[in-house]
Amino acid sequence: MRVGLFVTCVNDTLFPRTGRSVVALLERLGVQVDFPLEQTCCGQPLYNTGYRHRAESLVLGLARAFRDHDVIVTPSGSCAAMVRDNYPRIAARAATEQRATGRAEALAEAAAAVVPKTYELTEFLVDVLGVTDVGACFPHTVTYHPTCHGLRVLGLGDRPRRLLEAVEGLELRELPGAEECCGFGGTFAVKNPAVSAAMGTDKARAVTGSAAQVLCTADNSCLMHIGGILARQGSPVRPVHIAEILASTDGKLL
Amino acid sequence: MSRTYLGMPAFPEAAAVSTGDATLRANLRRATHTIRAKRAAAVAELDDWDQLRAAGAAVKDRTLRHLDRYLLQLEENVTRAGGTVHWAADADEANRIVTDLVRATGETEVVKVKSMATQETGLNAALEQAGIRPYETDLAELIVQLGDDLPSHILVPAIHRSRGEIRDIFRTRMADWGRPAPSGLTDRPSDLAEAARLHLREKFLRAKVAVSGANFMVAETGTLVVVESEGNGRMCLTLPETLISVVGIEKTVPTWQDLEIYLQLLPRSATAERMNPYTSMWTGTTDDDGPRSFHLVLLDNGRTDALADRTGRQVLRCIRCSACLNVCPVYERAGGHAYGSPYPGPIGAVLTPQLRGLASPLEESLPFASSLCGACYDVCPVAIDIPEILVHLRERVVQGGEVTTRGIRTVVKPAKKHLAERAMMHAAGWTLDHPRALRRAQRLAARTRRLHPRRLPGPGRAWSDTRELPPLPTEPFRDWWARTRGGTA
Repeated sequence: MRVGLFVTCVNDTLFPRTGRSVVALLERLGVQVDFPLEQTCCGQPLYNTGYRHRAESLVLGLARAFRDHDVIVTPSGSCAAMVRDNYPRIAARAATEQRATGRAEALAEAAAAVVPKTYELTEFLVDVLGVTDVGACFPHTVTYHPTCHGLRVLGLGDRPRRLLEAVEGLELRELPGAEECCGFGGTFAVKNPAVSAAMGTDKARAVTGSAAQVLCTADNSCLMHIGGILARQGSPVRPVHIAEILASTDGKLL
Repeated sequence: MSRTYLGMPAFPEAAAVSTGDATLRANLRRATHTIRAKRAAAVAELDDWDQLRAAGAAVKDRTLRHLDRYLLQLEENVTRAGGTVHWAADADEANRIVTDLVRATGETEVVKVKSMATQETGLNAALEQAGIRPYETDLAELIVQLGDDLPSHILVPAIHRSRGEIRDIFRTRMADWGRPAPSGLTDRPSDLAEAARLHLREKFLRAKVAVSGANFMVAETGTLVVVESEGNGRMCLTLPETLISVVGIEKTVPTWQDLEIYLQLLPRSATAERMNPYTSMWTGTTDDDGPRSFHLVLLDNGRTDALADRTGRQVLRCIRCSACLNVCPVYERAGGHAYGSPYPGPIGAVLTPQLRGLASPLEESLPFASSLCGACYDVCPVAIDIPEILVHLRERVVQGGEVTTRGIRTVVKPAKKHLAERAMMHAAGWTLDHPRALRRAQRLAARTRRLHPRRLPGPGRAWSDTRELPPLPTEPFRDWWARTRGGTA
């Protein structure tokens, strides 16, 4: 099984520690992981803002970058959801349009190639590797926010919770209203800043109310938004990606 | 004079004001969270909810595919049963038809059953202009009308009002419209309901003409259906001599067997009830019982244009239950008025731009009034994929594309204000198409990290006014990989 890490453009640029944690975690579990340097972005920011045509080349690019891999693992619920939910849609829409010949076929081929082999990290751990106890140790109080695309599009269910509950020393704190969106929403955060901030502030209040030391999600983009609000409020709560907790064996982050 | 939606600001501007209204936020939060939890419990009672939902979507889709046939069948059956059918291509035509029908009776007032279609057409303002006084009889619509206000929710139009505000509106305004509020009116719900009951009763008993909408129209028999909670609809549908119903053409269901699906889906999704208290059904006119004259005004007003859009046509399945509003985190904070139409919330964000077209900056802003969290799709009883349509309409705003306007297929140009964004998106897209260019940009950003301001200027302020920026790492992931694993970056 050739496993390729699709780290995502956000993690690559802003949160490399998450990528390094995925590598450390998977290698600890005996999985050899590869990082094809051709990869960039799944196209989600473009597609969700209405630039579907501009996102098409990124669909092809992702399929090309991972053409030799059996599995694509990504530490992002929303990027995995973009691939699984929207790549077939982009191909189907292209098939209804009179554009350059072969484009719709190429997109359909790309979608068919990547959709069945793309896994969000916690899915890969629980469903493919069949582990919930990854041998991590993280003696802190943690609250978990299930991000929308992981929760509702991918249907991650209790996989992240089960992984966190198996971490030595970790104490999970309930997050009231956990299933409610944090208000990030990609370009929504800047196109509707007032509503986005209002949603984020309510989420930050729930996080603070949980009295956890660490806020954990499976998506750094949502974490960047909630964490940004917490930091502005001077909150001591640390935003940490689930991969970083699962990679930790000594309670410290990479 | 009834307020209208003309000249409403774009969503972000309106929402920037309403999110700062602490009273509104508290009213909406309390109301939506209560109904949200009740709906979830009511839906969980049924083992076959998913199948019902799929059937609800499939029957509507099939009906819409053959809508031409079912509408003619409906017209034939309504006519045979003694009703008269009128066809209205748009809001103005519908208002004109209704106004002429009321005038022909010689009456100068009408009682109204709560109706989204007539809110959509702005019928009240049109009637007032013609010297006819419309009286809203649904409790929440009455509150909105007395308060010279606009509805902010499909099912609960006065959801933005607290009990105290309602008491004050009743005290100060009821006398202008008829029987004044009882002296010493409190804000107890039972007292407020009694005040409304007394105020409305004289109108029910006096009115000769009623105007309604309908939740469903059964084509096989020409039967109209209104479901409601208060009984005011039953009064309006039975006491007056003339009944005029304005109904969107997508409310058609072929058979009574099809209706069964929606009579299960709607109450549980809307009010979290197993069955709504009043279900009124009528077929044309009946001798010595109910209205002697019945007119059905079939309203298009953009619906066939929406039907021409393969992705957007899903909105025509909507049964106006409001479940998507009650679960929407954006609606909860922005409030209904920010959507600039009687259809607020997620469904409004996809319905209004299709019914009206991308007519102004407001309609252009609505598809972006969502974080795409998907909660609306989850609760929709007819499985309208609202996030999918939002993204589809965003594309129409920023890229332009084919649309159908009044039956004619045209190509719209991208919205002007998105020019700079489009240039930026294309530049970003180019960079992302070229991994080496991305790497160069990342390295440049990493090297200059100490120079980056903590608060961004210009459009970036939309982020950094309320949120810290994440600190840039010393090296991007791909450089770490290349350095430690020996790949060539």
